[in-house]
Amino acid sequence: MYELLHDLLGDSLLVYVIGAALPLLFVLPFAVVAVLLEMKVSAHMQDRVAYMYTGWHGVLQPVADILKLLQKEDTVPAAADKFLFRLAPFLVFMGGYAGFAALPFSSAYIGSNIDLGVFYILAVSSLAVIGLMMSGWASNNKWSLFGAMRSVAQIISYEIPSALSILVAVMIVGSLNLQEVSKFQEGGIQNWIVFGGPMPLLQKLLLLPFTITAFFILFLAGIAEVNRTPFDLPEAESELVQGYNTEYSGMKFAIFYLAEFANMFLVSGIVVSLYLGGWTSPFGDVMSGPIWSFFWFVAKGMFFVFLQVWIRWTLPRLRVDQLMYTSWKVLTPFLFVCIFAVGLILVL
Amino acid sequence: MILESIVFYSLAVASVGSALLMVTRRNPVIAALYLILNFFCLAGLYLTLQAQFIAVIHILVYAGAIMVLFLFVIMLLNLGDERKLSDAISPRKIIAGGLSLALLLELLSIFVTGTEGLPEYNADQALQVGTVEYIGKQLFTKFLFPFEVTSILLLAAIIGAILLAKKKPD
Repeated sequence: MYELLHDLLGDSLLVYVIGAALPLLFVLPFAVVAVLLEMKVSAHMQDRVAYMYTGWHGVLQPVADILKLLQKEDTVPAAADKFLFRLAPFLVFMGGYAGFAALPFSSAYIGSNIDLGVFYILAVSSLAVIGLMMSGWASNNKWSLFGAMRSVAQIISYEIPSALSILVAVMIVGSLNLQEVSKFQEGGIQNWIVFGGPMPLLQKLLLLPFTITAFFILFLAGIAEVNRTPFDLPEAESELVQGYNTEYSGMKFAIFYLAEFANMFLVSGIVVSLYLGGWTSPFGDVMSGPIWSFFWFVAKGMFFVFLQVWIRWTLPRLRVDQLMYTSWKVLTPFLFVCIFAVGLILVL
Repeated sequence: MILESIVFYSLAVASVGSALLMVTRRNPVIAALYLILNFFCLAGLYLTLQAQFIAVIHILVYAGAIMVLFLFVIMLLNLGDERKLSDAISPRKIIAGGLSLALLLELLSIFVTGTEGLPEYNADQALQVGTVEYIGKQLFTKFLFPFEVTSILLLAAIIGAILLAKKKPD
């Protein structure tokens, strides 16, 4: 991608600015669609119809919401640490957005084709943790602080199962670069890593149970890392008002939501690239090519975003002890078994 | 490469500035946040040296996990008036001052002697050394023994933490 921009604009700072801003073209419209999806899916699951007046079946409602949020008063509590309070939402968004740099949207486009790929995404997403902590502490509000503490404890605990389940796929492919991982799975649905990857039949069958387990755990840990139900303890409204973003209003509140939706897609993107073929077509050579691959990546990603919304409106919230139990005593041991078994199968 | 020098100098100024602010701030939470900023700047400097793996590990482990735990502890302890700590000259301060002075002298001696006697690395080698593959291979061949010793040390630390966390060790 940068080569193309270099040819067009020469060696200037502008190349890097444009390159860094490109994923925004996807993230912002996606957030609008995701808001609508969340509302409509939740409404239909509860036998309601949701917004019907703004545009056809209420499709313009997110736009109206954004206009409303822009006009709202931007309050900062008197006892808050003003600078950190203002900085926090942007850090939270940056943490999610920086991850998009290493996400292969199509066979022709990846923001930054670095070798570290998915490892880099894991690292920058820790920036969001600092932002969350900052927002909770700077608000100078007990509920916010509790929410921030919970969310940090949760994200750090669930980073371990998600990193380990990423490792399972990385061991099979032998590369951390998500573009390479996607290329590895080319040639149809049977070559996706969740079904054992493009291995000889016997090896594939042996790998199958472990890759499926790792895939499910990666998705679960992903939901936990974006703080969504059933893992939405940081904003458990029955206990903590609204968690770390209790004191936020107007656009700053909206940016927290933007960050959440960006993270939802990032998590789906990681799951899709690692286990479900990324941008590759499920029908082998049919419907492949740069444009189609963009379509497949976004379609698969959107399916997982839908799945996250579906789960949110289906399952109740976990308790704190259940949350920690799930991470440390269920998911992590399962993954150790997976990693050991996959390593053994690959060596033999 | 004008861009490279812009990146290097802005990162260098930011890292030194954030380090100074980290030591001079009264509020421990703010100080910890400046330390995180400092870690990010250092990670950026590693990147300009083509050490991708070290940079990412630095952010993941230090800025991501360890500093967040630091913040956690600081917030839980809720240190009230840290001004009380800052007045008298204590033996601890003298030792800390001595160590800092030793480090400063060490750095100055590097400036004076320059890069004499160090192994030469050309750009291609530097590109290779920073990658995950290279570090992995080195760890599991040349440095296998220190690597295994470190893992035993970490295992011991984990077991110790579990023992300490248990209410009644039985």
